[in-house]
Amino acid sequence: METKELIWAIITLSEKELRRFLRIWVQTLVPPAVTTSLYFVIFGSLIGPRIGAMDGFDYIQFMIPGLIMLAVITAAYSNVVSSFYGVKFQRAIEELLISPMPNWAILFGYVVGGVARGVMIGVIVFLVSLIFYPNFEIANYGLTILVLFLTSIMFSLMGFINAVYADSFDDIAVIPTFVLTPLIYLGGVFYSINILPDIWRNISLANPMLYVVNTFREGMLGSSDVSIPLALGMMSGFIILFTAICLYLLNKGIGIRQ
Amino acid sequence: MSEYALEITGLKKVYDNDVEALKGIDLKITKGDFFALLGPNGAGKSSTIGIISSITNKTDGNIKIFGVDIDQNFPKAKSFLGVVAQEINFSQFEKVEDIVITQAGFYGIPKDIAKARCKNLLKKLSLWDKRQDQARNLSGGQKRRLMIAKALVHEPKLLILDEPTAGVDIELRREMWDFLSDINNKGTTIILTTHYLEEAEQHCNNIAIIDEGSIVEDTSMKELLSRLSIQSFVLDLEDEIQDLPDLPIFDLKSQDPKTLIATLTKDDDLNTLFDKLSEHGIKVKSMRNEQNRLEELFIRLVKEKDGN
Ligand SMILES: Nc1ncnc2c1ncn2[C@@H]1O[C@H](COP(=O)(O)OP(=O)(O)OP(=O)(O)O)[C@@H](O)[C@H]1O
Ligand SMILES: [Mg+2]
Repeated sequence: METKELIWAIITLSEKELRRFLRIWVQTLVPPAVTTSLYFVIFGSLIGPRIGAMDGFDYIQFMIPGLIMLAVITAAYSNVVSSFYGVKFQRAIEELLISPMPNWAILFGYVVGGVARGVMIGVIVFLVSLIFYPNFEIANYGLTILVLFLTSIMFSLMGFINAVYADSFDDIAVIPTFVLTPLIYLGGVFYSINILPDIWRNISLANPMLYVVNTFREGMLGSSDVSIPLALGMMSGFIILFTAICLYLLNKGIGIRQ
Repeated sequence: MSEYALEITGLKKVYDNDVEALKGIDLKITKGDFFALLGPNGAGKSSTIGIISSITNKTDGNIKIFGVDIDQNFPKAKSFLGVVAQEINFSQFEKVEDIVITQAGFYGIPKDIAKARCKNLLKKLSLWDKRQDQARNLSGGQKRRLMIAKALVHEPKLLILDEPTAGVDIELRREMWDFLSDINNKGTTIILTTHYLEEAEQHCNNIAIIDEGSIVEDTSMKELLSRLSIQSFVLDLEDEIQDLPDLPIFDLKSQDPKTLIATLTKDDDLNTLFDKLSEHGIKVKSMRNEQNRLEELFIRLVKEKDGN
């Protein structure tokens, strides 16, 4: 394919991905807004004042970056896993396989879809949080936006790997439910690991989600439990690793070609 | 450039479950041909098409599309090729129009050109009224035609159709054949699989028969039909007969008192048969071929092989 054709093919696939989640916006864009509102009402407004300050911030203020990350990670991951598993299931994957699009372009298109939904959800949840905490001010816009994108890319790629291996609709629910969600919850969405006993604090440091959530908190609040260069390095490393895995799977045709 | 639209050499496929679907097939299809690939269920037709269109990985062998080896330059080879798969392969929740335009986009065709081609194709395939419908709301025959529109939107030089007429009513089937003949006349090479042998006989120039993963016949339609050595005729009689007439040179069977089945070899003469019958006082009211000639041949070829 010529460069112009290739660019157009990527735009087409990206557009298709956006069209998909916007068409079902009630399932894709509304739920995170509803659940985070509930978190803010219960933990922020009702219980939060009793908890007091966390790392020197109002509890509700402390929660905001964590809840945004929770929603962004889930959105990016589930967008790619359901979309790519969906085309496999409906055989629409054949439309892509038969076209001259190279594998990296196919992956790129799906990641664009995941990132678009992740970022959109991030903005939606942030707007919802402003209702409950109107005085929120972002400490470092550059870092916040960078982490928002890196996180969306990383979890889109993970969703893609999950979809490649998935053989049933159960398979696309297992990882989010049993791996992702617990790790995010334990990754410092609701608390600073400084409040944990040493042993749990050290175990928590092995949870990759902790770095994602805390880097984002550094961007939004200017406070973090982990080293930022280390965390950014880790995220970039994971992105490179996952990209390599995705391309390997696509080139081999694993889970895609018989 | 090669004189062939498609060259398949030594193609083998063993699936993960150890089914040997293709046992080393060779096929050459000339440019501009209208080619029929026949074979019973499970013969390996879809496996072959799947490999050509990169939906299935091959185990061994080579494929060239217009002289371009798929192992050397698959993107180029793919740009020549359009495929209508046997099973529905579009997103059921997308709109008809979006499906066709998106497929064009995957080939790098800009939206304005894709829209114009989409309009043209949907009109020709009587789907224009449905362009805004979700694909899942189409009928079976309409879905099949959407698959054809999708396969043609990048104007391929080689079109492969895996049972395009399955589940399509008689009138639409005729329209579809006309449509295919038309694009074939305009220069597109067509390969198709079908179980409607009569239609293949009418439209296709060349034919291959595949059975249990091997090519058992690869020739022109004319040559194949001329090789028919035996034909059966059903003779409806004027009056009932009690016993079969004693005509040793002909193979006659009585189906019921008013119907005879006569099996003639190439050397037998129908006139002689009628003369002999009237000598015995038997008058024939009407006569028809027992079954489609190609069908008979097909069954025999496949049976012969099983006997070996
Ligand atoms: N994905 C698969 N995994 C395992 N075996 C398969 C697969 N697809 C096809 N086969 C087997 O390979 C053989 C050839 O199948 P294929 O689909 O190519 O036949 P076909 O000629 O297209 O038949 P039909 O006329 O029924 O469409 C069959 O024995 C089939 O069971
Ligand atoms: Mg088939």
